[in-house]
Amino acid sequence: MWNKFLASTLPAQGSALAAKWDTLYWFLTAISVFFFFLIVGGMIYFAIKYRHKKGTPETTTYITGHHKLEAVWITIPTILVLVIFAWGYKLYVNMIEAPENAYEIHVQAEKWVWEFHYKNGRKTIGDLFVPLNKPVKLIMTSEDVIHSFFVPDFRVKQDVVPGMYTSVWFQAEAPGKHEIFCAEYCGTSHSGMLGQVIVLDDAKWADFEQGKEIAQSDKPVSMQDQGAELFRKRSCAACHSLDGTRRVGPTLKGLFNADVPLADGTTVKADENYLRESIEVPTAKIVQGFAPSMPSYKGQLTDAEMTALLTYLKSLK
Amino acid sequence: MSGNYITSEKGLWSWMKTLDHKRIGVMYLFTILTFFLIGGLFAVAIRIQLAHLGKNIVTADQYNKLFTYHGAIMVFLVVIPAIPAALGNFALPLLVGAKDVAFPRLNLFSYYLYIIGALVACSSLLVGGADTGWTFYTPYALKTGVATLYVVAGAFIAGFSSVLTGLNFIVTINKLRAPGLTAFRLPLFCWSIYATSIIQVLATPVLAITLLLLIMERVMKIGVFDASLGGDPVLFQHFFWFYSHPAVYIMILPAMGIISEIVPVFSRKPIFGYKAIAYSSLGIAAISFLVWGHHMFVSGQSKLANFVFSLLTMLVAVPTGIKVFSWVATMYKGSIRFQAPMLYAFGFLELFTIGGLTGIYCATIAIDVHLTDTYFIVAHFHYVMVGGTLMGLLAGMHYWFPKMTGRMYSEVAAFWAWLFIVVGFNLTFFPQFILGSQGMPRRYYDYPAKFTYLNRMSSFGTSLVSIGFFMVAIYLIYAIKKGKIAPSNPWNGLTLEWQTTSPPPTENFEQTPVVKDWFYEYRSKA
Ligand code: HEC
Ligand SMILES: [Cu+2]
Ligand SMILES: [Cu+2]
Repeated sequence: MWNKFLASTLPAQGSALAAKWDTLYWFLTAISVFFFFLIVGGMIYFAIKYRHKKGTPETTTYITGHHKLEAVWITIPTILVLVIFAWGYKLYVNMIEAPENAYEIHVQAEKWVWEFHYKNGRKTIGDLFVPLNKPVKLIMTSEDVIHSFFVPDFRVKQDVVPGMYTSVWFQAEAPGKHEIFCAEYCGTSHSGMLGQVIVLDDAKWADFEQGKEIAQSDKPVSMQDQGAELFRKRSCAACHSLDGTRRVGPTLKGLFNADVPLADGTTVKADENYLRESIEVPTAKIVQGFAPSMPSYKGQLTDAEMTALLTYLKSLK
Repeated sequence: MSGNYITSEKGLWSWMKTLDHKRIGVMYLFTILTFFLIGGLFAVAIRIQLAHLGKNIVTADQYNKLFTYHGAIMVFLVVIPAIPAALGNFALPLLVGAKDVAFPRLNLFSYYLYIIGALVACSSLLVGGADTGWTFYTPYALKTGVATLYVVAGAFIAGFSSVLTGLNFIVTINKLRAPGLTAFRLPLFCWSIYATSIIQVLATPVLAITLLLLIMERVMKIGVFDASLGGDPVLFQHFFWFYSHPAVYIMILPAMGIISEIVPVFSRKPIFGYKAIAYSSLGIAAISFLVWGHHMFVSGQSKLANFVFSLLTMLVAVPTGIKVFSWVATMYKGSIRFQAPMLYAFGFLELFTIGGLTGIYCATIAIDVHLTDTYFIVAHFHYVMVGGTLMGLLAGMHYWFPKMTGRMYSEVAAFWAWLFIVVGFNLTFFPQFILGSQGMPRRYYDYPAKFTYLNRMSSFGTSLVSIGFFMVAIYLIYAIKKGKIAPSNPWNGLTLEWQTTSPPPTENFEQTPVVKDWFYEYRSKA
């Protein structure tokens, strides 16, 4: 149980670096636990042992210092922090110096989406496809404010800054999916600026490079679930609630087939065409009482994805 | 006693125009605690939202404003001025045996600057509210609502209050010490205030320039920070942390000073390693100017810069360690009393030790890459700033409360409130270390479901802390009205403030005290 708890303190180890990082982390934790018990334990021990009791004399032993002891608690911590520093720096160099042969992918961040551009001309939003066991280097920039590319499973993070290129590299060693967070505060939907790294084995990676569609899972996923996934990944939830509360945009609860009052005073029935239009050309019909602040998703969703999204929206009762 | 500093003049106006350092200290304390309440309520709202109780209580935009105001109010209006401006003002002249600070008029002026800065910052709420976070990072701060300008202008003005207070204290300590009070007889609180004041005077102007540039960039588009105008957004971070890192020591050094006063008094023993503690304050102040880049390990800063900043940051651990070990050693063979000030000193040691040790994680570059901008950092700096500064403030408030008001509070009530605060604090912030290690980024309005459990635990802890603080407010207000009359020296302290009446007369001492010895002669005077 104890082991399980410790393991759950850190994210899964998804890259070659993660295990090395974890070793240093646990080394620091061991030292911290030791000093914590030394200091706080010492404090509690003295507090109890030397507590004032009624009837004992007020006067105490006159001690003003002890040079040898002081030398000890200057020297030992100094050595320790220098060792920690050197270890941390060495690992850091390892983290930032990408191998020559790393596969390069360009990353463009903007409020609140991650866009990935590959050598073969492909572009993906939210999903970053990478090969298994091969070094990958990301060259990143931002369109608007500072964001930060963070993959906990890989133990890497790098700010993405407008007007300059920053880079980060990793070698994914665990197939499957790994979360991407935006770690630098970037406004309204900072916490919705999510994505995932999808690690492909050699065969699938070859398919991807040739421009074939990649089935993301071996098990078939229902349309509705795919839609829910898209809803999350495209940050729709940043502006729309599913439980009736009002956010930047109207709630989408029970929208399908309802009568929607529009800003121009007319009403419209929310059928499939209306939903589709609302997503692709949001400014065509503005809902009464809301600002026309929804971005257009035209060209960002394939036909299959749009169908999945609509299936999902229709299911929201 | 009829003529103490409280009763000497009556009416609100007599307070507003007072030049008495004790009254100004009390006014600061009252104002700062009011802002603490406001900043605290913002924090409570944040924690309710993050408890994910099935419903959002605020929108994402409102949430972003909540943490912005929580941070800005707590940092600029509470934690930075808390100990120097409030307790420093009240206690420093008494501790050095002076009648007042060196420049009483300037002192009152500083107070009003603080108030004006605070009001300007808060007026931003009327124009929509700022949402930049307390760090005002560019280019976000250049593009978002105009309210940002008001908060920045407020911080700019309040900064001058800080500079002038620091200047006043430096001169006071240099010039107004009682006869016989040599440098190495100075109470350690004075040493720490001295080190703090140096940082305030040297670093705050850099903040002022930075904030001014930010305002100019927004209004006049001069092109320093905005990439689209050819500026460098990361430059802002350098400027900002050049001040804001030393500011961390403006926050913590005075708290360390208070602990250095309280531990010997409540152990009835000389402080262990007086000189080492005194010099370590200066050492920390000196290094504090050279470590700002540790906030920017993933900002795109060069490898060499990261090397230097990580190395220097590590060195802060050494003088800090000296202090902590010395406090514990002071208790050895003491005669220890478990009264409220000492309880808060215990609280300080527990929380600050955790804050300090986790600081080493953050200073280790490779480790910081994963932990920075996550809840680990949030937990770390709350352990240092709340666990350190606020525990120090509470310790000092309880220590000097009898001197300030002439009344005693209930030790029983104080014990229970302390227990709620310390237990609740650990429950609030310890889980956040784990959340951060697991990768939960900070300033997140919403989070993946796997983080729910620890977030709820954290929110639950907040309710305990809140109860604790309300208890403190209640028993202290009760004590001011109905508490037992305090003797001149309730704790058996040997420093000068205990040699005058509680509360002291306006001129502090009937005759100028003469110091013949240092303040730790528990052999003869206990
Ligand atoms: C930046 C905020 C924002 C984002 C992100 C956003 N929307 Fe919207 N959305 C709005 C606003 C505001 C409106 C109302 C004004 C309008 O009609 O354009 C709206 C309207 C709609 C409507 C019509 C609602 C009604 O009651 O008739 C639908 C459907 C919709 N959005 C779906 C989506 C989907 C699906 C996504 C994700 C792919 C999404 N939105 C992302 C802000 C947003
Ligand atoms: Cu972000
Ligand atoms: Cu710092």
